[in-house]
Amino acid sequence: MTMTTPVQKERHPLVELQGVTKVYGRGTAAMQALRGIDLRIDEGEFVAVMGPSGSGKSTCMNILGCLDTPTEGKYLFKDVEVGTLNRNQRALLRRHQLGFVFQGFNLLNRTSALENVELPLIYRGIKAEERRSRAGRALAAVGLSDWEHHTPGELSGGQQQRVAIARAIVTEPAVLLADEPTGNLDTARSIEIMELLTAFNRNLGITIIMVTHEQEMAQFAGRVVQFRDGLVWADKSNAEVY
Amino acid sequence: MLTNTLLLALREIRRNVLRSFLTILGIVIGVSAVIVMVTIGGGATAQVTEQIAALGSNLLMIRVGQHMGPGQTSAAPSFQIADVHAISREIPAITAAAPSSSQKVTAVYGNANWSTMATGVDNEFFKVRNWTVQSGRRFLDTELRSGKAVCIIGATVVKELFGRQAPLDNKIRLGNFSCQIVGVLEAKGQSTFGSDQDDLVLVPLRTLQRRISGNKDISLIQVSVAEGRSTDKAKSDIEYLLRERRHISGSESDNFQVMDMKEITKMLTGTTQILTTLLGAVAAVSLLVGGIGIMNIMLVSVTERTREIGIRLAIGALEREVLLQFLVEAVVLSSFGGLIGILLALSASVGLANLLKIPFIFNPGIMVVAFLFSAAVGVIFGFFPAKKAARLDPIDALRHE
Repeated sequence: MTMTTPVQKERHPLVELQGVTKVYGRGTAAMQALRGIDLRIDEGEFVAVMGPSGSGKSTCMNILGCLDTPTEGKYLFKDVEVGTLNRNQRALLRRHQLGFVFQGFNLLNRTSALENVELPLIYRGIKAEERRSRAGRALAAVGLSDWEHHTPGELSGGQQQRVAIARAIVTEPAVLLADEPTGNLDTARSIEIMELLTAFNRNLGITIIMVTHEQEMAQFAGRVVQFRDGLVWADKSNAEVY
Repeated sequence: MLTNTLLLALREIRRNVLRSFLTILGIVIGVSAVIVMVTIGGGATAQVTEQIAALGSNLLMIRVGQHMGPGQTSAAPSFQIADVHAISREIPAITAAAPSSSQKVTAVYGNANWSTMATGVDNEFFKVRNWTVQSGRRFLDTELRSGKAVCIIGATVVKELFGRQAPLDNKIRLGNFSCQIVGVLEAKGQSTFGSDQDDLVLVPLRTLQRRISGNKDISLIQVSVAEGRSTDKAKSDIEYLLRERRHISGSESDNFQVMDMKEITKMLTGTTQILTTLLGAVAAVSLLVGGIGIMNIMLVSVTERTREIGIRLAIGALEREVLLQFLVEAVVLSSFGGLIGILLALSASVGLANLLKIPFIFNPGIMVVAFLFSAAVGVIFGFFPAKKAARLDPIDALRHE
């Protein structure tokens, strides 16, 4: 992990959407979720994605997360066009480049915090010893060293989300995609989570793209992208917004 | 990759101990049922074979009529004593030929009476059947010639009529005459089909013919072939001789039957083997049902774990890794069921063998087959649910409640 701050770093485009559209269904039942999006996010950025429901932000996140492909247009991830990759190639891209944090935490039940964090390392084929020590370090980084052997049922919501963040950063991904990470938490817990994400962004240089409904949480990001009716309606740095 | 998958599968099974156990219950029962059936059947067959082997491998049984199937025999004239003499005179390969004829009688001693089989024999009987008189003596030549009222009784008859009293030299009543006990046979125990070999009274052949059956018929001739001589040759020689004596022309089929050990064994074990096969087949069906149980639970498990599969796919699991995980889970479960089934079957077989008084025969072949079969059940019935899991769309799966 390198200790660079985004300000000092020369910026490279990490992900780039070019005229991306997404249509669900066919004929009269067709629903156009994205109507032509152009968006470039550079390495080391912390971007908040906002917008009312149905504005296309979730669809955009699915495409950015390589879970879905555009109907038209190009999605470049580190200059690779994701639309041309097959299901398995996209899975490998997610495995090696991406980390996910969800609103509902999405941890495996009845599985200890440590084993949850180990999961992505298992798919990377990392040996047991290294796997355990890396998972332990990731849990320490989110302040849960003492909770390694607790299952999600024995943890609070805030703690569960911190386990999920540890699981996302344990592989040192290029991008962390967070879908309303504070949606199920109270304000105090939400601020703790945002402080953690900010720290990982500043200290480890992990690019973060986060969907949120709350202005308060968006303030932690360096840039805010607003969606409306399947289009990017506003894209401003935080200095301009507030 | 396989060790990782195994790790994931084991973690999954450990996460749901109760459900895993219930899932494999069908396999456990199926596997143990198959093994128990085959083991017990094998034991029963072995016991029959052993009892027949105890008769001596060189025994031939010559019976009147042709065996047409279970319990059916075609009618034909009986043998006469002259046939027995002709066999011992003209077939050099045999050491003894023992005629016998049996009749059901009621034996009475004091207040006790017992329905048993009176068998008329001569002293050759002891030789061919390899049976010894435990106390007392065999028949004297004079007794055999004159048809004297003497008898040698089996252990069951002793028990039923005399209890703990010494039977020798006492007189018992057989039908309408009384006869003196001159000997007691050593006990041979039950035969496989529940018939008691010791439930008989031996009398001189002539005594039986004169005083009980009232004719000169002989229904069975038992022959022992000399050591080192071919039983097949002796058998065909006897057949040739008897056809001639019974005036059977070339085109007619035999109206008697010479059975060697192989045929006697086949006749006696036939029923056991049919039963074993049938019960084994029923047990195999239960194994199939067990497999369907696994598929059922795996399908439920895929639905229940849709969100988890979504997480795995989002994290970067490949389609084939999810497939393999579920498949390995099914196979580990079913082979585990197979192992437990084998252990259960071993203890059940030992217990049941003791209960049924048949030998327990360890059969490693059927264990291996049952284990492989249970693993195969896992592969076959685990594949469809695993495929279903692997094909899930990660976005839909993550949204699944």
